[in-house]
Amino acid sequence: MPRPVRFNVNPKDFSDRGINEIEMPEGHMGEGFFATSFDKVVGLARKNSIWPLPFATSCCGIEFMATMGSHYDLARFGSERVGFSPRQCDLLMVMGTIAKKMGPVVRQVYLQMAEPRWVMAVGACASSGGIFDTYSVLQGIDQVVPVDVYVPGCPPRPEAIIDGVLKIQDLIHNESLRRRHSDQYKHLLETYGIQ
Amino acid sequence: MPEQANIVLPEGSLEKQTTRLNLGPTHPATHGVFQNILEMDGERIIKAESTVGYIHRAFEKLAERRPLYQITTLTDRLNYCSAPLNNMGWHMTCEKLLDVKTPKRVDYLRVIIMELSRISDHLICNSIVGVDTGAYTGFLYVMQYRELIYEIYEEVCGSRLTTNMGRIGGFERNFSNTAFQKIEQFLQEFPKVWKEFENLFMRNRIFIERTKGTGAISAERALNYSFTGPNLRAAGIDYDVRVHAPYSSYEDFDFIIPVGTTGDNYDRFMVRGEEVWQSLSIIRQAYEKVQSFKGQDAEIYHADAPEYYLPAKADVYTKMEALIYHFKIVMGETEIPVGEVYHSIEGANGELGFYLVSDGGRTPYRLHFRRPCFIYYQAYEEIVSNTMLSDAIITLSSLNLIAGEMDA
Amino acid sequence: MSISRDHIKEKLNTQFGDGIVSWNDASDILTLEVKPDLNLKVLTFLYDEPSLRFQFLTDLTGIHFPDKTGAEIGVIYHVHNLKENIRLRVKIFVPIQKPDVYTATGLFSGANWMERETFDFYGINFIGHPNLKRVLNVDEMDYHPLRKEYPLEDQTRIDKDDEMFGR
Repeated sequence: MPRPVRFNVNPKDFSDRGINEIEMPEGHMGEGFFATSFDKVVGLARKNSIWPLPFATSCCGIEFMATMGSHYDLARFGSERVGFSPRQCDLLMVMGTIAKKMGPVVRQVYLQMAEPRWVMAVGACASSGGIFDTYSVLQGIDQVVPVDVYVPGCPPRPEAIIDGVLKIQDLIHNESLRRRHSDQYKHLLETYGIQ
Repeated sequence: MPEQANIVLPEGSLEKQTTRLNLGPTHPATHGVFQNILEMDGERIIKAESTVGYIHRAFEKLAERRPLYQITTLTDRLNYCSAPLNNMGWHMTCEKLLDVKTPKRVDYLRVIIMELSRISDHLICNSIVGVDTGAYTGFLYVMQYRELIYEIYEEVCGSRLTTNMGRIGGFERNFSNTAFQKIEQFLQEFPKVWKEFENLFMRNRIFIERTKGTGAISAERALNYSFTGPNLRAAGIDYDVRVHAPYSSYEDFDFIIPVGTTGDNYDRFMVRGEEVWQSLSIIRQAYEKVQSFKGQDAEIYHADAPEYYLPAKADVYTKMEALIYHFKIVMGETEIPVGEVYHSIEGANGELGFYLVSDGGRTPYRLHFRRPCFIYYQAYEEIVSNTMLSDAIITLSSLNLIAGEMDA
Repeated sequence: MSISRDHIKEKLNTQFGDGIVSWNDASDILTLEVKPDLNLKVLTFLYDEPSLRFQFLTDLTGIHFPDKTGAEIGVIYHVHNLKENIRLRVKIFVPIQKPDVYTATGLFSGANWMERETFDFYGINFIGHPNLKRVLNVDEMDYHPLRKEYPLEDQTRIDKDDEMFGR
């Protein structure tokens, strides 16, 4: 006879407050197991355990440090472990101005990352060159690597960086398993000269 | 290999040839982008070759295109950990060229902001030295108070990091009561936190073993390399621009300059730590001086220089001269007098100088930033040769190299 | 300060005579212009002379005046006497066809990268410099960007339309 559990006997109704509740995927449930198809849950698992690579060059890097601090904690979205080795990371966050001298380095770091990989351009300088329309600054990192999310701002507030990470999480959640092998993706990489 | 022909392995080395290690532009976050190619004999570095320029943004060429007040946004991005300091330095350079005198209250408000940004920069530097030795907690603890400093900046100018604070002749608006409240809150709460941070490191055996004796530079070499700021003071020379050439009424304040002896990492850490205490004392004195202005005097927040500071809107709508000045300033047609001026302030890393050459016309003819980080990074190759790799990493973070200031 | 500007002027005038092209006493720092091949001698004299002792190099930078034919490129030194707290500005000008200047790295180690930066921006050839390469720009760059004839923006970019940006 299972012990009667007494918790949440008066559940509150939050439907009027616009709180997002994730619905359970369709599947077959039984005693102690839940069977569903892989592509429905892999997005959920991936998006809440991103390992970002903070490629911080300038001022936006300091705002990233503030985002990782305890006031604006990025770790509560699953990005607790920031890594500096491209082989181990999923999300390349390019924060700060990328000069022409640094462009090949960004490209090399991107090439070393394993699929699936996402790129976030944080700040005006990484998105489009920012206020520096000069001979030595790359006008946006999308000249060298394909970018998924752009976060504008100079520097963007920590809330904006978190919003960017949430958008990446949406992309990851909805991404199909076959996307990296599709013709469209291959064509995208070819336009950047990446095999 | 031909490049190794002139590198001689030291006596008693177990290696047959040197290894090349690339301490590349992508560091673990915080430090910034500069590259060092190290020739190593096992764990010992024989020779280091530095490469900078990975974030060269051509500030000096950009500045030739912009009127004086638009260059403030460029100065923010020099040493971005203490952006208001750079802004104030630039405003003082313009005031020197344009011959504008600021009233005392403006000077004292500027001193509060400058010392807050100095504290903010030293907080980052010392806590990153802690992170590099493995002590991550101090960094998180101290970032909380940097957020309070950012809130003070937001009250004054609206922005957290790249502040573009102040105008030529003063500030854009008077400090609000909330700003003064937050400054008071900072003055009350921060000393306890800093004391706790220092207790973690100052007499910690592990920290002292790692930082004492490593990364040392003698006073003669430091002077020859044109070091300034806390790095020079740690080597024993008490040169501080706030005392040598006082600007913004620093002569009215009472503070001491901490000086080290050997110029190693531990001395630099201690000098910066003590400078935070001195800055707190200066802010307290400046706050009391500002509170002592009463009535009409408490409303002054800018100098009376209508050609360079936007006149009040009520005057613009009623008086002719104010309208003309407003038009000229907004359209960027105010003419700067011909001349050249060099002004320097004590930035968080050393003497931050601005050399401004003007030939009349709207924009400067030539603007050169004397950037302390660029100048003392040259000495890294000499400091680090013949030391261990782990000491070199700590030296890198204790010298407080900000890439934005280095490459400009 | 115990060294007056007149004392500095007198010492330098007696030592160098007509090597000094002009004095400017009106600006905030005493400025002098010397003939280009005398720059190292003047700096060494300022360093060694017991009553002058300008032993701290604050800044070294370049400037380009395209209209002054024969003396287009300038190098400007700011030196500082820390004990007496007095600064001095020394300028030299060289023609753009042959911008040769003696290096100050033997005297001040801090001049090493400052001269590399000036070479990178203006193309001045510092004679005797141990490692005269570009320091801030990419090594393959073939022009010297801060000269007045070159524009600020990168001319090879395709996405930004100059007309829309008001240039």
